[in-house]
Amino acid sequence: MIRQDLDIIYDWVPEQSRVLDLGCGDGTLLERLTREKQVSGYGLEIDPKQIQKCVERGVNVVEQNLDNGLKNFADHSFDTVVMTQALQTLRFPHLVVEEMLRVGRECIITFPNFGQWKARWHLAVSGRMPVSDLLPYEWYDTPNIHFCTFKDFEVLCREHRWKILHRQVVSESPVSGVLKDFLPNLFGETAIYHLTR
Amino acid sequence: MPANSVGIVEPKSHTFPGPFKLACGRVLDEYTLVYETYGTLNADKSNGVLICHALSGHHHAAGYHSESDKRPGWWDHYIGPGKPIDTNKFFVVAVNNLGGCHGSTGPSSVNPQTGKPWGPDFPPLRARDWVHSQAQLADLLGIQQWAAVVGGSLGGMQAMRWSLEYPDRLRHCVVIASAMKLSAQNIAFNETARQAITSDPDFRDGRYLEEETLPRHGLSVARMIGHITYLSDDGLGKKFGRELRSGTFEQGVEELVEFQVQSYLRYQGDTFSGSFDPNTYILMTRALDYFDLAREYNDDPVEAFSHARCKFMLVSFTSDWRFAPERSREIVDALMHANIPVTYAEVESPMGHDAFLLPNERYEKFFSAYMNNVAREHSAEITSGVAK
Repeated sequence: MIRQDLDIIYDWVPEQSRVLDLGCGDGTLLERLTREKQVSGYGLEIDPKQIQKCVERGVNVVEQNLDNGLKNFADHSFDTVVMTQALQTLRFPHLVVEEMLRVGRECIITFPNFGQWKARWHLAVSGRMPVSDLLPYEWYDTPNIHFCTFKDFEVLCREHRWKILHRQVVSESPVSGVLKDFLPNLFGETAIYHLTR
Repeated sequence: MPANSVGIVEPKSHTFPGPFKLACGRVLDEYTLVYETYGTLNADKSNGVLICHALSGHHHAAGYHSESDKRPGWWDHYIGPGKPIDTNKFFVVAVNNLGGCHGSTGPSSVNPQTGKPWGPDFPPLRARDWVHSQAQLADLLGIQQWAAVVGGSLGGMQAMRWSLEYPDRLRHCVVIASAMKLSAQNIAFNETARQAITSDPDFRDGRYLEEETLPRHGLSVARMIGHITYLSDDGLGKKFGRELRSGTFEQGVEELVEFQVQSYLRYQGDTFSGSFDPNTYILMTRALDYFDLAREYNDDPVEAFSHARCKFMLVSFTSDWRFAPERSREIVDALMHANIPVTYAEVESPMGHDAFLLPNERYEKFFSAYMNNVAREHSAEITSGVAK
């Protein structure tokens, strides 16, 4: 799968800035940012396999469980705190976003849109929780415990008075790719939000 | 001999002319260091890796001393061709610390001023004394900058001290199962171990060599205490459980019972006390207790590490309660606050503190990958140097 969200984040992160990547996966984004934009920073990850890939890439990866918070980081110690496709796996997503905006001046968050037509269709027709290529888990073994739609997330932002600097929606399929601009909550697969306080 | 061994190795020794000023204020007129090297130093002398040993370690970190040698060096699992510290790529230097008892000048050496063994009169040492003496060894070998300084436990403390005392003389600092300072509980264990030694009637105020005795019993108990703390409850349980070595619980039979773990511990204590100097054990545990990385930096680890110029790699082990993962996380946090590159893994292991010496698939892969980068970075520098 091509991670379009990573391309968009790449564009939003300023050169030579300090970045903290929460749930940095195999380190692809940080490696690119470090190499091409002279960004400095760290990736936090908990999965040993992903940590190994980061080290092989030469990415500064630190083993840390995000559910334990970011207490070990000082206020505004990073320019941007990034978290891709991990929001839905957290126990308290809203508290983590609060923490991201304390530690970083800005934050970038991506998450899968549960309001996308395929998910709606799946639930409506089969009456069962959606399972897709992007979210290939059954309800009982999924690491994704807090799903939301774009609309849900916008409500959360309003309630917490988080300012939305940019928002973008991506979709891997070409048809949805066109339609997502008109009906993002129905056709967007992944949401990318750029927030500040 | 296994194919991935560095093979037969021979210790070397060098006597450095003094005066060598120690942290305590005293001066050594001269001192000897015993060391081993594995691999080949490259033309620009940039592939050196220094191994700093822990409490009971020494210069024999890898390979064998003879064909009939049954056991390889203490870190053979991690040093050798194709191993994490790959001797095909690096020139590895392992040294017996000053104050040691395996050939380097220490309490069991002869004090040139009295002609008798130093014994308890040997000056107390700090990690920084070891680091300064290791820097003189680097000078001797023509190594201006280490590719990496590597150490576990007390060795990790030396590696961190290197990064602050000689920031331009290392590119990477590898700190395994270590801490910026010991906890009260840790100091308490060390004190109990020291008391076991000094209360042995054969200790003779530390002058046992002159009086031709040896406080073997005390040292053995000290080692047993240490050994328990290097393992985990779980690890000991899995290895021995409540298995009996002899005796019976049968009613009506009066026969004393000995658990397997008892005989194991005694064996560990016995073997150790026959090969280690009690005064060195006291000296090393004191150096451990005294170590406090940030003491001269307003007790601020971030300020301390802001003097470092190298990159860091840290590893801790989940069941290590002597140098717990929390202690490594404190180091990592300070490094991140100081904006210094750091990579950290918390490796699952039931083996306690000893895990850093033992085989562990994840630890090996992580360590190898990091050291590969160290080697690659270095060859890339050479290539770009040639291109210029």
